[in-house]
Amino acid sequence: MLAFTLRRAIQAIGVMIAVGIISFSMFRFAGDPVNQIVSIDTSAAERAAIRKSLGLDDPVPVQFARYFANAAQFKFGVSYQFRLPVADLLKERMPATLELATCATILAMVVGILMGVYSALKRDTLLAKIFQAVSLIGISLPTFLIGILLIYLFAVVLGWLPSFGRGDVVRFGWWTTGLLTVSGLKALIMPSITLGLFQMTLIMRLVRAEMLEVLRTDYIRFARARGLTTRAIHFGHALKNTLVPVITVAGLQFGSVIAFAIITETVFQWPGMGLLFVQAVQNVDIPIMAAYLLMVSLIFVTINLVVDILYTVVDPRLRSTIDRPA
Amino acid sequence: MPLRQTLFAATAAFAVVFAMTPASSQTLRYANQGELKSLDPYTLKETTTIAHHAHVYEGLVTRDKDLKIIPALAESWETPEPTRWRFHLRQGVKFHNGDPFTADDVIFSADRVRAKGSNFLTNVPADAKFIKIDDYTVDVKLDSPNPILTSQWDGWFIMDKKWCEENNAVAPTPASATTPSYASLHENGTGPFTIESHQPGVKTVFKVNPNWWRKPEHNLKEIVFTSIGSAATRVAALLSGEVDVIEPVPTQDIQRVNASGTATVMSAPEIRTIFLGMDQVRDELLYSNIKGKNPFKDIRVREAFYKAIDVELIKNRVMRGLSTPSALMVAPQLYPLSKDFTRTKPDPDGAKKLMAEAGYPDGFEVTMDCPNDRYVNDADICQAVVGMLARIGVKVNLLAQPKAQYFGKVLKPGGFQTSFYLLGWTPSSMDSHNVLYDIMGCRDDPKNATRGEANLGGYCNKELDALADKILIEPDTAKRDQMIKQAFEIGIKDYGYIPLHQQALAWGVSKKVKLTQRADNEVLFYWATKQDE
Amino acid sequence: MSDTAVPHQANPNASHAGATPDRWLRRALASDVFYSFRRSRLTMAAAAVTLLFFLLAILAPLLAVQNPFDPAQLQLMNSRIAPLWTADGQSPFLLGTDEQGRDVFSAILYGLRLSLVVGVLGVLFSGTLGIMLGLIAGYFGGAVDGLIMRIADVQLTFPAILIALLINGVAKSMFGNRMDAMSTLAVLVFAIGLSFWVQYARTVRGSVMVEKSKDYVAAAQLIGLPAPVIMLRHVLPNAMGPILVIATINLALAIITEATLSFLGAGMPDTMPSLGTLIRIGNNYLFAGEWWIVAFPGFALAALILSINLLGDWLRDALNPKLR
Repeated sequence: MLAFTLRRAIQAIGVMIAVGIISFSMFRFAGDPVNQIVSIDTSAAERAAIRKSLGLDDPVPVQFARYFANAAQFKFGVSYQFRLPVADLLKERMPATLELATCATILAMVVGILMGVYSALKRDTLLAKIFQAVSLIGISLPTFLIGILLIYLFAVVLGWLPSFGRGDVVRFGWWTTGLLTVSGLKALIMPSITLGLFQMTLIMRLVRAEMLEVLRTDYIRFARARGLTTRAIHFGHALKNTLVPVITVAGLQFGSVIAFAIITETVFQWPGMGLLFVQAVQNVDIPIMAAYLLMVSLIFVTINLVVDILYTVVDPRLRSTIDRPA
Repeated sequence: MPLRQTLFAATAAFAVVFAMTPASSQTLRYANQGELKSLDPYTLKETTTIAHHAHVYEGLVTRDKDLKIIPALAESWETPEPTRWRFHLRQGVKFHNGDPFTADDVIFSADRVRAKGSNFLTNVPADAKFIKIDDYTVDVKLDSPNPILTSQWDGWFIMDKKWCEENNAVAPTPASATTPSYASLHENGTGPFTIESHQPGVKTVFKVNPNWWRKPEHNLKEIVFTSIGSAATRVAALLSGEVDVIEPVPTQDIQRVNASGTATVMSAPEIRTIFLGMDQVRDELLYSNIKGKNPFKDIRVREAFYKAIDVELIKNRVMRGLSTPSALMVAPQLYPLSKDFTRTKPDPDGAKKLMAEAGYPDGFEVTMDCPNDRYVNDADICQAVVGMLARIGVKVNLLAQPKAQYFGKVLKPGGFQTSFYLLGWTPSSMDSHNVLYDIMGCRDDPKNATRGEANLGGYCNKELDALADKILIEPDTAKRDQMIKQAFEIGIKDYGYIPLHQQALAWGVSKKVKLTQRADNEVLFYWATKQDE
Repeated sequence: MSDTAVPHQANPNASHAGATPDRWLRRALASDVFYSFRRSRLTMAAAAVTLLFFLLAILAPLLAVQNPFDPAQLQLMNSRIAPLWTADGQSPFLLGTDEQGRDVFSAILYGLRLSLVVGVLGVLFSGTLGIMLGLIAGYFGGAVDGLIMRIADVQLTFPAILIALLINGVAKSMFGNRMDAMSTLAVLVFAIGLSFWVQYARTVRGSVMVEKSKDYVAAAQLIGLPAPVIMLRHVLPNAMGPILVIATINLALAIITEATLSFLGAGMPDTMPSLGTLIRIGNNYLFAGEWWIVAFPGFALAALILSINLLGDWLRDALNPKLR
């Protein structure tokens, strides 16, 4: 057990190093950051000086070593655009993204499970077919189109919900939350739906498939034969068995929810890490891009590792399910 | 405490509170497509940034609602000799931290703005010597006369010497700073507002400065500034009442905003001129199928391009009426004799003939560089130009890029890597000389290394340069305007550039808010009033 | 790898003999899979719509009233015309025109072309790459397997859209000055291809691992068949079902990815718009009441992805009889 954990941890570190190399080499050669930080009439000599002071003239291995040593201590350098430490910027933006991603995931899980269970149990009803149709539309409409439609309908035409931003936030130390104010909660609704819709359809389909599979297993038949109520069978046995892989998938997907927030945050101008990243890409702000990539990878690798280990602890037989294409 | 006394005390307290509540009681919410990056007023010379800083900092001079230079921290000035200016400073002005404003701060700021790392080097001439006469008098000595000295000073803000020294912020924060300086995160100006909180790239909250030396024209208690990059979101925020003011409104949404009943669009011609330029220097174009020669060196080709382009059509269709077609490289607001110039009508047939005469009856291929997030509908204008040139046989490959990549490629540090491009220019001194020097001046002037700094195509006429030098030092306005006219006529005759139009300002403003719109596109709220909600 | 290289009788396991993709297809058509296809009206409708889109894309030059990629054919005078059936409609612009006088119907046809070309080439690229790497990893195992699967792990750390965005950005900054529409297209295919190979690799690796231990593979090795032949001719066909499912679903994903990239401004340029570019352009005019510029391309994109997804769904259910 310990050996397994250790091996997974070493693998995770290896992955992080690889990500570091990739993110460094990609961003080192992407665009010229100097142009962003000077104005139109800055002279060539000044530009050269800026280039030098940023260390962009050093040999590549030197730049990489410097970059990596700093990144390991969460020192991602200073943003070219804002001239603030990237770590501070990320720390400031992180609560917004984590809150949005968490809400979207919870929403996706609750609604997705309910819809999945229903459409598995009442396979041929109209509502189940509607759920199926909604799930197909959910994965067939690109995220940005959904966001635009929601804004158009609920913010512009009906005027019920705010079209952008987080609303008023309450501050606890460095953490900010929009969950405690009315405007904050209202602002969360549309971005959460937009971000969670894809996940929701995924979970619904997974729950439906798992339920169908579990329902035809022998022990359910046996339970039925023993005369247990349908309700007890469905919720006491079938759903319980379904939930383990569902929660696992939802957990594993959390990293990509954070990354997919890039699109949602752009559409809703949500002041999170994704929006910061998009702005950084547009402005060739290399330190932010590199740091964002590392942060997302770190979150993802950590979740992966934890889920992996927990999984083996809970039920070694389930190990192979992780590799199933979701 | 007996009830009566309590009531009395409460009433008194209420009365005091009421009396203390200033007329300024409104919160104004403002969204711009751009971000506020640094609070150091010498870091970035960019319209939106300067406008933000102008709420907090002040210069010796400022521009009024009609862009005229008026006194600010300098109460008055005179020029005893053409090369010596004397400035009398305003007394009793205090910085936000309570420090008094004196001549030392002016001298300090003059050094700081010209120090390494400042982005405002050209605002204060290098040869100007600042001499303290007494605490409230400063002399400025120049090597040669400069009648537009105070015009160049707009945007140069005065900082507190003591505060900068105490906080290790004597040197300006260069755009390349690797550690954020104190001055880029904090402010200490003399202006009408202070900054309460600043989240770079997200939100900045300005609070009214109750001790401002001027009587406020606004009735605001705070300004909440948010950056909203997406145009559609920005418009939606204005229409749903989440913000009171947005800049800019995309041209296609202007009607909708006006029809909304809750907001209107304030529009007027901006003083930024949008134009096309052609590489006239290289012997072979970088991006063309014509090898061994440069078609743009032939004036007939340049004239053909000029005649192929229908600026009225661009105005009506692409700009939805919100542009002023221009015959000149400078906006009419900045040059009184603009009315003497008219743009010749488009003539595609004549253009085709010229192309044939120049030896290109079937046209040629050329790549056009264009920004797609800098000017109003920039990429759309370029696409329209591509279509118009296609009709005279020129195949234009359009390379529309975000401004970061675009400027990196076409500007001087990128080696002027362009054959044909679109650019916009607002002379920072609000004067034609800046255009004649920066845009239309020869690039290889040995005496003035900065001449033609933004002349990406390298158009060059020594006659024009000679005139520009005379224009800088000519004190007689009428004579000066005539000389400027001559210079522009040379540029037109040479078809050195193809001016398109001045784009329109488009501010989306809630009906509750009254604003003053200035043609330089600085959104300034110290002239704003907002109705009770 | 050619067919003549390996005589069929060399294979000791009859059920795997001749399981070339071609045979597999024939067998599939005769199977209950095809039967289920004919039974599902929804699936048939989806297939018809998909086919229609492909036909529209192929026949675009014949159906379009103008070539929207040729600036000389666009008349600025004709810009922003509403669809034909509205009061302001004008012939021949069936679905109206955009800001540049581009006919929306023609633009959709040509945009569809680009979206499908990028999608299909992206899937082919990622499929080939993923299958190769999966075969190699599964067959050789050990360090090779470890390396490839670790790369897959790293890759999975980044969602496809992020990878595609990065590759696109890097390519743009490296070749920015020389990029024309065609090279943008190539970069998109490359970016999408590199984003989606992992699923194929994992699936193929899994089935290789299963098949590897079977007697017929050992026998094939014994008689000295080269590894690539064994893998491609005998092991791969067993994984074709799942691969086909992944490919179909990935086609939809690739088209969405391309559209998202173009929407974020990292895809096809405005002068050569794909469906995503059209939506990005059109979105700017939605609030202005010029809804047709975004609505029709958006509808076309959604319909295309929906029908491909329906096909993929059906295919998955059909190949996994347990769920039927």
